[in-house]
Amino acid sequence: MGQTITEKILARAAGKDAVRAGDIVEARVDLALANDITAPLALAEFEKAGFTNVFDPARIALVPDHFTPNKDIKAAGQAKKMREFARAHGIVNYFEVGRVGIEHVLLPDQGLVAPGDVVIGADSHTCTYGAVAAFSTGVGSTDFAAAMAWGRVWLRVPESIRFVYHGRLRPFVTGKDLMLHTIGLIGVDGALYQAMEFTGEAIEALSMDGRFSMCNMAIEAGGKSGIVGFDQKTTQYLQSRPEGSRARAAGEVFASDPDASYARVVDVDAAAVPPTVSRPHLPSNTAPAADLAGIAIDQVVIGSCTNGRLEDLRQAASILRGRTVHPGVRAIILPGTQQVCLEAAADGTMQTLIEAGCAFSTPTCGPCLGGHMGVLAEGERAVATTNRNFVGRMGHTGSEVYLASPYVAAASAVAGHIATPDTVGAGEES
Amino acid sequence: MVFEGIVHAYGRDVDTDVIIPARYLTTSDPVELARHAMEDIDADFVRRVQPGDIVVALENFGCGSSREHAPVALRASGVSCVVAASFARIFYRNAINTGLPIVVCPDAAREAHAGDRLRVDLGAGVVENLSQGRRYAAEAFPRFMQDLIDRGGLLPYVKAHMQEA
Repeated sequence: MGQTITEKILARAAGKDAVRAGDIVEARVDLALANDITAPLALAEFEKAGFTNVFDPARIALVPDHFTPNKDIKAAGQAKKMREFARAHGIVNYFEVGRVGIEHVLLPDQGLVAPGDVVIGADSHTCTYGAVAAFSTGVGSTDFAAAMAWGRVWLRVPESIRFVYHGRLRPFVTGKDLMLHTIGLIGVDGALYQAMEFTGEAIEALSMDGRFSMCNMAIEAGGKSGIVGFDQKTTQYLQSRPEGSRARAAGEVFASDPDASYARVVDVDAAAVPPTVSRPHLPSNTAPAADLAGIAIDQVVIGSCTNGRLEDLRQAASILRGRTVHPGVRAIILPGTQQVCLEAAADGTMQTLIEAGCAFSTPTCGPCLGGHMGVLAEGERAVATTNRNFVGRMGHTGSEVYLASPYVAAASAVAGHIATPDTVGAGEES
Repeated sequence: MVFEGIVHAYGRDVDTDVIIPARYLTTSDPVELARHAMEDIDADFVRRVQPGDIVVALENFGCGSSREHAPVALRASGVSCVVAASFARIFYRNAINTGLPIVVCPDAAREAHAGDRLRVDLGAGVVENLSQGRRYAAEAFPRFMQDLIDRGGLLPYVKAHMQEA
């Protein structure tokens, strides 16, 4: 009987020839990460338990991205704790404001993740790195504290669900739409405790940025991880990472065997997936964007760990070029990293967005979790390219978030209500 | 361990954003976090909850963010234990790691009403609804996890492991 890619990665990390779904293993950790919300709790637990040394200062990443630049005095205190720990322990991958980005955009872009790696992070969207054929999953602060000391993590080897996306995506349909559609199909606990393995023609054709968006939201279906197999696009992405980085030195890569065992196989006709939106208050509450046209909005957020990559901003700019943000809408751009900012500046994307009337932020998680930089008032409604639309997620419990792709978010910003790109005239220029 | 308390009942997909909203995550202090436990799903919870009370919910309790502040806030608010039809995986790990007792028991979760008195015997794996006179078998923890719990949680377990090595 063959093994899935996830089983192979975990077997190697556990020093075993083979593992099976359901086995509990102690896996070597290649990278452990935390942010300014989850790290302070972890550092307190680490010290309380009497640990004095980290297992490897080069395999830990501390990323102050949530409430930074410090949103208030208490947040500043949390960020300070993290900074002081990073200095005291010589943490190599600590990123200060000005160099920091949103963790799940920043760390792979820095070349810190290689195919076949095991990554754990005290942030639920750690599942993002499956896009480079790594096993990655979110944990809590105590698990992170243990991994910092031990360099290992206990994991139950997950069953895998194989998703096969047939056909090619239609114009203005992205990896984000495909993922929202998938979550709508299986529900917010449809992949509970399981690995989501994304395959098929539409995935092969999907950009790396689109793959990151899909793996990023595996947690919104309850998944332990999301993963895409290694191919030519992965190689190209890895080889354009910084010289000398872990990604550049990628070693053995894994692929699922044809006779691997799956909990189930889900076939999706990708060519039939429309621009898709998740309505309040669950990511699984999906509908075609066209069916929601006319719902008035107050704010648009484009960016985050889900959609804050260059391709995402370019897609938004392609809609906003020569158009303006509706007078009743605040449009906020949250780029993933400083590098994304530079590239968006160099190719005119930033100028297009600013000229259209968008606020261009420094990289931060900010409003995605109702932190700062765009919190919603009671009764306000946003279209966001973020990942969660729970009650109160972006602000007041009486506010609403509709999740969408950068194309739909940008079109909605122009229209002042939920809209698809074709209804604001996009696509007619080319 | 045996817990007895009044039920606070919720539906499915209770996410960690409503258990402890992000706007309060500028602290790790359990007492401060407990003041806002369940605030965005049940604004009155903190005033009603009594030490020993039991939170009961349907499927996927604790979904969403990995914030460990969620089980910390519940425990510090006086909640003795959470009984649910199922738990989201990060919350499940976090509850065990922070010492918040959790029990998977779909029938007990579905049949309990707010205000019922529940008794949970973790050792025996039994949930009793004293108000309704019903008794349920809870799902047992996998042996590895029971071992982890018996050793006092993850960090003592890891320390012992590292010393053995």
